[in-house]
Amino acid sequence: MAVSEKAMEQKDFTNKPLCLSGRGVTKVFGMGDKKTVAVDHVDFDFHEGEFVSIVGESGSGKTTLSKMLLGLSNATEGEILFQGKPRDISNGKKKKEYWKGIQAIFQDPFSSFNTFHKIDSVLLDCINMRGGKNLSKEEKTAMMTEACSFVNLKFAELTNKYPFELSGGQMQRLMIARIFLMKPKILLADEPTSMVDACSRATILDMLLNLRDEIGMTVIFITHDIGLAYYISDTVYIMEHGKFVEYGKADEVILEPKAAYTKRLISDVPKIHEEWDLSTVDLLTEK
Amino acid sequence: MKNTLRQVFHSPKFVGGFVIFAAILLLMIIYPLINPGDPLEMIGVNTFAKPGTYVSLYDATKAKYEPMRLADAEDKRLDAYLSAEDRVAMVEWFDLAGIDISNLDIEDTDALMDMWNDNYDPAFKVKGMTKAKVNYFRRLDNSIQQLQSADVIVLADTNEETGELEETGQVSKTDYVNVNSVVNVKFLPLGTDNFGRDVFKELVSAIGTSMLIGLLAGSVATLIGLTLGLLAGYVGGVVDDIIMFVTNVFTVIPSFVLLILITYSISQDQRGAAVVGGVIGLTSWTWTTRSVRSQVISLRNRDHVNLSKLSGHSLVRIVLTDILPYIASYVVMAFILQVSSGILAEAQLSMLGLGPKMTEVPTLGLMMNWAMLYSAHTNGSWWAYFPVILTIALISFSLNLMNTGLDQVFNPTLRD
Amino acid sequence: MGKVMLEVRNLKTKYITRFHEDVYAVDGVSFSIEEGKSLGIAGESGCGKSTLALSMMGYYFPPLHYISGDIIIDGTNISGLKPDDVRKTILGSEIAYIPQAAMNALNPTQKIIRFMEDVVHAHDPKKDKKSIREMAEARFAELGLPPSVLDKHAVELSGGMKQRTVIAVSTILNPKVLIADEPSSALDVTSQKMVIKMMRELMEKGYIKSMLFITHELPLLYNVTDDIMVMYAGQIVEKGSAKEMVFDPVHPYSHGLMNSILVPEEGTRGNKLTAIPGTPPNLKRPPDGCRFAERCKYATADCRYTNIPEKTFDDKRMYRCLMGVDELKEVYGRE
Repeated sequence: MAVSEKAMEQKDFTNKPLCLSGRGVTKVFGMGDKKTVAVDHVDFDFHEGEFVSIVGESGSGKTTLSKMLLGLSNATEGEILFQGKPRDISNGKKKKEYWKGIQAIFQDPFSSFNTFHKIDSVLLDCINMRGGKNLSKEEKTAMMTEACSFVNLKFAELTNKYPFELSGGQMQRLMIARIFLMKPKILLADEPTSMVDACSRATILDMLLNLRDEIGMTVIFITHDIGLAYYISDTVYIMEHGKFVEYGKADEVILEPKAAYTKRLISDVPKIHEEWDLSTVDLLTEK
Repeated sequence: MKNTLRQVFHSPKFVGGFVIFAAILLLMIIYPLINPGDPLEMIGVNTFAKPGTYVSLYDATKAKYEPMRLADAEDKRLDAYLSAEDRVAMVEWFDLAGIDISNLDIEDTDALMDMWNDNYDPAFKVKGMTKAKVNYFRRLDNSIQQLQSADVIVLADTNEETGELEETGQVSKTDYVNVNSVVNVKFLPLGTDNFGRDVFKELVSAIGTSMLIGLLAGSVATLIGLTLGLLAGYVGGVVDDIIMFVTNVFTVIPSFVLLILITYSISQDQRGAAVVGGVIGLTSWTWTTRSVRSQVISLRNRDHVNLSKLSGHSLVRIVLTDILPYIASYVVMAFILQVSSGILAEAQLSMLGLGPKMTEVPTLGLMMNWAMLYSAHTNGSWWAYFPVILTIALISFSLNLMNTGLDQVFNPTLRD
Repeated sequence: MGKVMLEVRNLKTKYITRFHEDVYAVDGVSFSIEEGKSLGIAGESGCGKSTLALSMMGYYFPPLHYISGDIIIDGTNISGLKPDDVRKTILGSEIAYIPQAAMNALNPTQKIIRFMEDVVHAHDPKKDKKSIREMAEARFAELGLPPSVLDKHAVELSGGMKQRTVIAVSTILNPKVLIADEPSSALDVTSQKMVIKMMRELMEKGYIKSMLFITHELPLLYNVTDDIMVMYAGQIVEKGSAKEMVFDPVHPYSHGLMNSILVPEEGTRGNKLTAIPGTPPNLKRPPDGCRFAERCKYATADCRYTNIPEKTFDDKRMYRCLMGVDELKEVYGRE
């Protein structure tokens, strides 16, 4: 099935079990006069197998939110629920357990890998974390080969190589192979295609959809590109200044936006079928 | 890794520094093998012997003579032995005797001697010349004649029975001795110092000690700086606050003052090379801490560290495998600079008399200190201090050159 | 047909790496822009589009080196000039260049008016400050920039404002050609729209005679420029009007590129995205035949070894492929 057909189906997820949800999640940096509220009391419900996009411009707080979802930073206020139960990541062991359930792909493939470690060790780490430490060498190699073929890479060509010997698109695919080995419940993809070329983008998007369809992963897709979010996701959350201003099914949010911010965002993005109306911006407004 | 090394050895600056440094190291290792012995042995009885080859006069007379007729030997001898004073006196006599000296060159020994031999007459009297002056010229003539005559030096020994001197041999002007057949010859490339010690041997030994002090100081400083910087940068929070407070306190106190105070409080007997090295290291770690910390902070938020966390790696493992390799090149550069400044700090301390104990090992600083105390610079004994200055300059120049070369390789913005 | 403002003939430039290897980043590029027109360059990262922009100024500094070719601005060939002459007489007055990071290149210790004075004085050292200020204020007012910006420092301005200020300053001498390399990529969509609106006003009011616009964002390019050319591995593979290029691409590479466009418009969810596997060739040793052959679905043995000529059709369109236009369209139609 091609990317388009998979993305086309607009399923209803509200009846599916909850995978990750948040109640009043807030992140404040600094204190007193220098206080900045990066994420301001947001509520969200992500369901199993749902492809969610969080769309926001730079400074909207989407990256801060993603760090909190991943458990890499603590929320100042509010609660995050994992599979319906309050998340507990108070110590290293519990964190490790949580990270078996949620994994991430980051924006910049070139800084996502430790350049001193070979590709094999990146993949072996995942097998070990999934409890495959005592597997035989052959079994491990078979698993790595399977993961690589899932992302159209040949493990035999990659073994004993370093990540920097690959192109940006290949590195990002290797990241997906890592996720395939880990098989977490949730994948958080933080702008995974913004640093790769348009030609490789389709491949990566296709693989993300495959992860959702074949493994049943929930994918949280963070992006600034509203066209991309519309194309790929079931549900879209629009974020402005640390708040969700609008959310809902992709078709509803993009084609019939209700919030003023969403409307502006959609009208300001250059399009190819509709006319890009330059008169909506006033050059004299100091911005 | 291989590519990095290739780049490092493509940098002309690094290679230049490396070659100089390696040459110094090789000298330090090889020379003691060729010329073993205690570098502080006082071989000279007098102080500050000039650089050169010293031949035992006694052994030379015992060696086999090889007579040679060298045409210019006599001229050279005359040239060397006829003093400037004698030459002036000779010209004075010519003048008094009314001989035309307008074409005479006082430096031309041949012409001078010919004129003297042709014209000097002891009986010649000039009106008004005192008796003393006449006698003076006679003595001058005597000594000049002696220089010219085919005299020999008679070697004599006391007869044990009679107690009288007996001739045992003669050394004539045509006798030569092969230096190789003289039993005792001493080559002192840089002469001797104030205690009559071989400066070159002492210098080679001092390079070793100073390098050791620098290495020790660099290791201590880098180790402390790295540990504190990693902790402060990666752990953050209260740990960071405490470490940065201590670091800031150490930064504002001039480290050299601190160094003087600490070494001053250790008695001379306890100040070995290792102690001095350690103390220098203890006072110079602050900049390493600060820069390692800031690098770790920027690395801490990199995605590969986040990914490592998500893979469930422990803090120690993340610091050792995801942070340390990225700052390793920087730490190596900081270490090189610390070694270089450690060597300089030792030299400074020793100049002030606060260096390692004087009786055990020579260091570059101690050599400078000795040269200064015995005023080598005022009595023209340049060989006692100038080679030391040159060595210190070469060592820190080569280390800094290597550092700049590495910097250009690891820091792409500096590439030309 | 308007007067040709910029003409580039068979331009070749290269980079020389630290290990003294040559990288042929721009390899035989020819095109022209008429007065009042704008041309866009699209392509993946590393295809040579930014190098082309740099090479256009006729001002080369290592590691970039000039090999051959002509750059003709309004009838004057600038490719043979000395770097100093180019800097004094061409840059700023004939040709203006705005790189992506332009807004970060402003010296934070200087007021904006000082940059304006610098630009003017580089070409007219005698001009007094009062008339420069009058000139700047008039231009700012026309472009919708508040004149108060002139007395501010760069750090006091927002990203979009900074970028618009940079453009206003660099076009104060009415250059004949404006080269903009990703001028709005680092900005949010609203600021981007304002930057584009200002650039369009510059064109409409005749302050700049022609524009070369480089970006990897195809929808933006479609909305900004009259014509688009697609670059691949240092060469131009296809050229045509914006509309033709986006909706009716001919070359397999541009076809793939245009089919990866994503916009928030009804119907796009159903479109099929084309993925092009593989990576561009190493330009240290460019392939003999078609440079895209390695990644092209339709490539034959001929493609790999034959020199591919530039072909023209429909009057003004150009593409570089062995296959015929109808043949290609038929293949695309079947998919």
